[in-house]
Amino acid sequence: MTVQANDQGLSLPASSLASLRPVLEWLARRAEPVVISLGAVIAGLALFSLFILAIGKSPVTLFQLMYTGGFGSWFSVQNSLSRAAPLLLTALCVALPARLGLVIIGGEGAVVLGGVAAAAAAMPFVGSVPPLLLFIVMATAAMLVGAVWIGFAGFLRHYRGVNETISSLLLAYIAIALMNQFVEGVLRDPASLNKPSTKPLPAQYMMGDIPGMDVHWGLVIGVLACILSWVLIEITSYGFAARIAGGNVRAAQIQGLPVGRLIVGFTGLAGSFAGLAGMIEVAAVQGAANGSLAAGYGYTGILVAFLARHNPLAIIPVAILLGGIEASGGLIQRRMGLPDATVLVLQGTLFIVILFCETFYGRFRIFNPDLWKRS
Amino acid sequence: MDDSGIGIWGVPLAIFSGAIRVSTPFIFVSLGETITERSGRINLGLEGTLVFGAMTAYAVAVMTGSPALGVLAAMAAGAVFGTIHGWICKWPKVNDIAIGIAMMQFGLGLAFFLGKSFIQPVAPKLPSIPLGGWASSPQVQAALNINVLFFIGAALAVFLWWAFKNTRVGLILRVVGDSTDAARAMGIHPDRIRLLATAVGGALAAIGGAYLSLYYPGSWNEGISSGQGLMAVALVIFARWNPIGCFLAALLFGGAGALGPALQSVGVTQGYYLFYAAPYVLTLAILIATSSPTRSLAGAPGALSLTK
Repeated sequence: MTVQANDQGLSLPASSLASLRPVLEWLARRAEPVVISLGAVIAGLALFSLFILAIGKSPVTLFQLMYTGGFGSWFSVQNSLSRAAPLLLTALCVALPARLGLVIIGGEGAVVLGGVAAAAAAMPFVGSVPPLLLFIVMATAAMLVGAVWIGFAGFLRHYRGVNETISSLLLAYIAIALMNQFVEGVLRDPASLNKPSTKPLPAQYMMGDIPGMDVHWGLVIGVLACILSWVLIEITSYGFAARIAGGNVRAAQIQGLPVGRLIVGFTGLAGSFAGLAGMIEVAAVQGAANGSLAAGYGYTGILVAFLARHNPLAIIPVAILLGGIEASGGLIQRRMGLPDATVLVLQGTLFIVILFCETFYGRFRIFNPDLWKRS
Repeated sequence: MDDSGIGIWGVPLAIFSGAIRVSTPFIFVSLGETITERSGRINLGLEGTLVFGAMTAYAVAVMTGSPALGVLAAMAAGAVFGTIHGWICKWPKVNDIAIGIAMMQFGLGLAFFLGKSFIQPVAPKLPSIPLGGWASSPQVQAALNINVLFFIGAALAVFLWWAFKNTRVGLILRVVGDSTDAARAMGIHPDRIRLLATAVGGALAAIGGAYLSLYYPGSWNEGISSGQGLMAVALVIFARWNPIGCFLAALLFGGAGALGPALQSVGVTQGYYLFYAAPYVLTLAILIATSSPTRSLAGAPGALSLTK
């Protein structure tokens, strides 16, 4: 009797489970990257807490300060968003080639040269054209230079077999030397004594803030670039071809896909985004090209892209999160007496743990509906 | 007339002495990377290991007053970094190149964090051997004042070249690097060998860092490395994973790196910053000239992910 009752009791939820099954399967597949990434971030924060405890400080205070400094007030949120703007673009510089299976880490070079190109292109037009046109000229110059710089690494990869990770990084060092040469040489404003710079843009030619906020337009440009990249990768046939080539180059070649053009095109686009980040630094923040362009946006962008698993839409929240962590650096330094490199240690720890957690993909049955027991 | 000035001859002399002074870190980092890559792994994080080694060596030398202890401490720290890299990379689906980038950022961050308080104090320097006593010109004497580590590096290059060919350990390393399956069939644990090879590579790279902070330029600051750890990776490819080749390539890179300061010392200031880019341009040019899209490089370990 009891057995029958149990059967009766079970049959109803079982049938409703069966009707829910497609939803659950979809959820399970979608949940895997989210759960593993969140788990990795929590594990990384835990490891970092141990480190902070080991040097005799309180991780609780640290995380509280991090929240206050990054997102605690409208002021700090705006600060975080401003810092996130260049990271959106430099992360795309890593994420787009990564979908083709390339690890490009020299975005810093495209940022720096993009900034110099933007400043140089602006010089003949300042005072004679409306600001919007000037911005278009600057952005075009910066994107072209960035595209050539990173596209060259892609070109070398496909046509010469040169490892793109190493070549892009060498190109970044060369770019910084070139920037120094230009900024201290032909492009130098004689009025800039202590810090060699190009001629500063007049105030009316500076890219202003988004209305109602203390955040410059670079944030909007960065978000738009992320959305466009997502459409390119997930919806267009170019993105589909790139994902095939990223999964298996031989298969893509056998299918007749133009792998070489895809690689050069995607690395070029990636570089143009990083160049655009340099232009925004010049037009919205610095007002001139100088050594501050090499502020490490290209390197933080690598972390953002890997944390977002090279998904352009996921880059948006991750960049804001890391922008917030960077924004809180000063507060942590002042209140806790920790060096400014604290943020670097946290970023490095998170980066290692996140990459390590790649190994957990496909290990949990709960995320793979094909392995669920047939009910 | 002016017995201290040797005019235009100062340039080749400065390049020669610069080649020896600047090349020493390259020698150690590239020998370390050669050992790691011969086992079939690539460690791109040596830049972080190098800077962390520089910080450790400097801090220990300041605290104990002994530069030799500083070098040993740096080696221990480098071995720990290598072990972490090797341990993480043994897990499936973990990309050794990406982990290298992460270890680089982590190593740099940790070195800047822990080294903040050591920027001010002055550490004792590593000893050097004056070989130029016979010369009358002070420039020649200075150029022949060569650090002990340079000779150790040169001897190590010859030893490794011999050991790869003639010892049991060298053979095991090459088998693991060429074919994971063959190594397993021989009863060798590839992951264990690779972990050890990465740890040894990290220890050697840290010696390169110790040289930077304890001899030339001989101070600790956050800009101590100009990418030597990364260029060494390219240098190993150029040297075709041959230790003697690494030594010669390191000398070449040292000479290229000394070009800018040497020209500046004789008054050439045009394009000053461009000469600083010379080692990077040289590395890139060599990579382009020696790579090929169709065949894998001669001498490349078969299991290496870099050249596939």
